[in-house]
Amino acid sequence: MAAVVDPEIRVITIDELGILRAVDRDAATGRVTVTITPTYTGCPAMDVIRADIRRALAAAGHPDADVRTVYSPAWSTDWISAAGRAKLAAAGIAPPPATRDAGTAPATRAGTVVPLTLAVRCPLCGSAETEQVSRFGSTACKALWRCRACREPFDHLKAL
Amino acid sequence: MRSPFDFALALGDDALVAAQRLGEWTSRAPEMEEDVALANIALDQLGAARLLLTYAGELEGAGRDEDALAYLRDDREFRNCLLVELPNGDFAVTMAKLLFLSAYQLPLYSALAGCADERLAAIGAKARKESAYHRDHAALWVRRLGDGTAESHRRMQAAVDQVWPYAHELFAPWPGAPVDPAGLRGDFDAYVGPVLAEATLTRPADGWAPAGGRDGVHTEHLSYLLAEMQVLHRAHPGATW
Repeated sequence: MAAVVDPEIRVITIDELGILRAVDRDAATGRVTVTITPTYTGCPAMDVIRADIRRALAAAGHPDADVRTVYSPAWSTDWISAAGRAKLAAAGIAPPPATRDAGTAPATRAGTVVPLTLAVRCPLCGSAETEQVSRFGSTACKALWRCRACREPFDHLKAL
Repeated sequence: MRSPFDFALALGDDALVAAQRLGEWTSRAPEMEEDVALANIALDQLGAARLLLTYAGELEGAGRDEDALAYLRDDREFRNCLLVELPNGDFAVTMAKLLFLSAYQLPLYSALAGCADERLAAIGAKARKESAYHRDHAALWVRRLGDGTAESHRRMQAAVDQVWPYAHELFAPWPGAPVDPAGLRGDFDAYVGPVLAEATLTRPADGWAPAGGRDGVHTEHLSYLLAEMQVLHRAHPGATW
């Protein structure tokens, strides 16, 4: 399970992204149930993620695995692990600010205002001299930014 | 007496029709970033629509899934508000529509997040964060256009004047609903009022208040939208790829 990656951001696993909620095995039947949650309600990658999970489990000897989707508690960028943030940055995607303590589930924020983004460091050159081009980017979870120092555009996984 | 099915259906239809309209901007927005933004917002609306219509189908218990509800109903069976089915008009009209819709959906989803119905509560808690981005985006453009050039101001004011009457239907009382929309009008006014003021726009007077969407009585625009949205599914029922 730990090897299943996000189909749109292929450097990060679904566990690091925080969308893998649980993996349960029925003691009597041995059947595996995987529980996942979407980042955004309209995330078009969910079908691919489900298929990837079933394929990984089938390869590991569990051809009858069940994949369930839950919506509560709602995903937020606080669910992304420290390792996940580091991998995003290494892949040129500026991660959202970390507010989660390692190993704990984040507190649910009210979520009725757009989180204020103070500064996003360029994942390519490290400069803080960056600006937002668009709050909406190539996938539902990303915003478009550019660096004023190295002039390169980059993705920012926006706080939700 | 309207049922929990009607409520989930109305909210799902609002989101579905809004998604379809916003999607019409794809490849036609004023700039590429805006193209991406409107497509993203449409995708969020579609996501909420799928959850709400799936739930509506379960509440009804007649075996209809999200696709049956989206593709196999005619206009009189849709329960969306009139606001979302209005044509996109120019970019100012689209932003006025999005501002009013999101300033309604955000408090609605927030209130749903605390309601007794667990499914609606989960959908509300998820969708409200996305709505916050939609409202912020629309407000940004309304301020920019309203407080921009003489021409952008004129067109933004015309858009607000044109769409304003359709905002009233959103807050029609719905006694017994998990969240009565009538109670959300204060949140709407508290947000939209200052945005219009900052945009140097005049808040239109309340008067004409067209309604009927919740009862299936729509403008002539909805059936054209549905024809385009449903044609593939109706020509090839059950097709998948």
